[in-house]
Amino acid sequence: MYKKQRDILSEWYLAIRLTLMLKVHDILCKSLHIDKERYMKPVTKLVVALLPLLLIVGCGDKATKVDDTSTSGENVVVDGGASTANGTDGTLLADEGQNTTGGSDAATAETSDTSNIQDATDSSAADSSIDQDLLAERKIYFEFDRSQISDDYKEILNAHANFLMSNAGSSIVIEGHCDERGTREYNMALGERRAFSVLQYLALQGVSKSQMDTVSFGEERSDVEGHDESAWKYNRRAVFVYSE
Amino acid sequence: MIINRVHKLNSTKSVATKINIISTYVCLKAMTKLRQLLIKLVGVALISVASNAGAALNIEITEGVADAIPIAVVPFHVAGNVKLPTDIAQVVEADLARSGQFNPLTRNNMLAQPHFTKDIKFKNWRMLDIPNLVIGNVERRGDNDYYITFRLFDVYRQKYIVGYGFAATNQTLRGIAHKISDIIYEELMGVKGAFDSRIVYIKKFPRNTDKPYRLYLADADTYNEQEVMRHDWPLFSPTWSRDNKTLAFAMAGSRGAGIFLFDVTSGKSPKRLTKRSLKASAPSWSPDGDKIAMQVLKNGSANIFVIDIKTKRLTQITRHWSLDVEPAWAPDGKSIVFTSERGGSPQLYRYFFNNKKIKRLTFEGRQNLRASFSPDGKMITFVHLSKNGSYNVAVMDLMTREMHIAADSVDGESEHESPSFAPNGSMIIYAANYPQKPGESKKTGLVAVSVDGNVRQHFTDDGEGEVREPAWSSFLN
Repeated sequence: MYKKQRDILSEWYLAIRLTLMLKVHDILCKSLHIDKERYMKPVTKLVVALLPLLLIVGCGDKATKVDDTSTSGENVVVDGGASTANGTDGTLLADEGQNTTGGSDAATAETSDTSNIQDATDSSAADSSIDQDLLAERKIYFEFDRSQISDDYKEILNAHANFLMSNAGSSIVIEGHCDERGTREYNMALGERRAFSVLQYLALQGVSKSQMDTVSFGEERSDVEGHDESAWKYNRRAVFVYSE
Repeated sequence: MIINRVHKLNSTKSVATKINIISTYVCLKAMTKLRQLLIKLVGVALISVASNAGAALNIEITEGVADAIPIAVVPFHVAGNVKLPTDIAQVVEADLARSGQFNPLTRNNMLAQPHFTKDIKFKNWRMLDIPNLVIGNVERRGDNDYYITFRLFDVYRQKYIVGYGFAATNQTLRGIAHKISDIIYEELMGVKGAFDSRIVYIKKFPRNTDKPYRLYLADADTYNEQEVMRHDWPLFSPTWSRDNKTLAFAMAGSRGAGIFLFDVTSGKSPKRLTKRSLKASAPSWSPDGDKIAMQVLKNGSANIFVIDIKTKRLTQITRHWSLDVEPAWAPDGKSIVFTSERGGSPQLYRYFFNNKKIKRLTFEGRQNLRASFSPDGKMITFVHLSKNGSYNVAVMDLMTREMHIAADSVDGESEHESPSFAPNGSMIIYAANYPQKPGESKKTGLVAVSVDGNVRQHFTDDGEGEVREPAWSSFLN
């Protein structure tokens, strides 16, 4: 409820700001002796005139939209059982896009990846085979000059987190790598930052820091040779290396 | 057009023999005047010299000053006509040619080869439009004991300008030749030469090679290459102490990471300076040689620290969540320039020791990284990423804060890295990539360019190693 009120307020705030802007525009045109009517195209004039109306209408729609997301959010919380053990972050689940139809019947919901549904139904045999697939994934990739972890990889990381948490004797070294662009030492630091952002994510899932370590190789160990984006994108990566 | 010609000659020569130097002059065997005229017009003289095994890298001048000064260096006379291991005059010739500022006369075109002042007929040299003449002598005083003298003359004024005598051994002959080049250069150009100096660089061999990362020392003309160490793990950022006695460099990898020091004179294996857990790299010497500035990685961030070499005490210089890397200590010891992306993208900043303030230096281009000071502290050279996406070597005057590109990408040369100044502050050496044919490994080389960009020399390796991270020593005195 509180969220709905906040949204409505922000819509009005936006409307007022826009109206004020139009007023300022009017005044400026007058003071600079610009004939608004002549230079503004008819279509633009129409849009400008109708703008305040649109906002008033929009507010109403937005209010109902908020309701929709909150109810579908609840559904998702129920279904993604295994992965919400630590889930203080509701948006993580929503981003997985598992329940676009918002269906509450987990067993029958058709999605591209049935693994999460399996998790929810608590079948440990099914768990391990899906997790094995995810655990086999040892690399994740990054944007140029960035170290943020894309949502595409959170599933893989969660699988590794689960493994490490259930195997306290296992430890992992996270390698950080960069593409060849830029200077060597800057890339050493960027590689370390990438490795560390993975370590932080795993720690937030509950993995003990004593099981993890980071090392940076900068641009020194490229996976794919080449001097364009088709090679570079495979070199900007973090790699998990388990020690036996 | 000139470049193509050089390459065509290269292919015929390299097939025939294992000639390692492409020097600057091609013997066209045409009429002398015609050739000289051609040279004057084109601005680059090309020579091939048959016997120069010993150079580690091919040297090729692709840009020279249009009005390069003609000079004649007469082969030195050796008492008793004994064959020396080094042809001193030829080393001097190659040095002067390599600077791009001089245009030495080929021996075939010398009308006479005087050895003593009394034998000089200046008319012979005036006829060939040669304004400067060098003659020299080597006396043998004993076994492996020589005395070398040289004299420089002004042909048009028919005057003696300068001359020196040096004691030498077989081992020091090349070094003496470089000293002679330095003296001639300084006399005629008004600026100290940088021929008697050394460079350090790293070669990386293909992944399947044993210990593919190797560190080398060599003379500035890449002769006397000496391998310092080889390792499985990446080696990088080699840097000379101001007295040229110690090299500092960094090593990466989980087992070996850190900064190491190598005593050049003792030849003992490198010693670890920083412990692995510190994750330090990018060493830069303090002017007094007692401390090293470095970047330290921790918790996803990087900051500049200083370590006292004797006490190992650490002082933190920057405290910021962003990546602060690549420190360069100013020659006057009062500031450190470093790279930081605290403003959103990597740019150069300067930390002052007196007030602990940090000022931003670069505002142009998408990125500016890895600064290196000129020996007089007035300029920095660094890597600049322009809006069109190419990495080029740039120079900034620290007083005026004006910046210019010293080396743009020509002849397909790209991805400039690790620029550093020659000890005379007039040349910058850096590493670059060259276009490679599909299926071939990456072709890299070192390039030396004058600060104003007018002179450029390429040092390329025919072997499999990728050459990188060159650093020029100070003057060897």
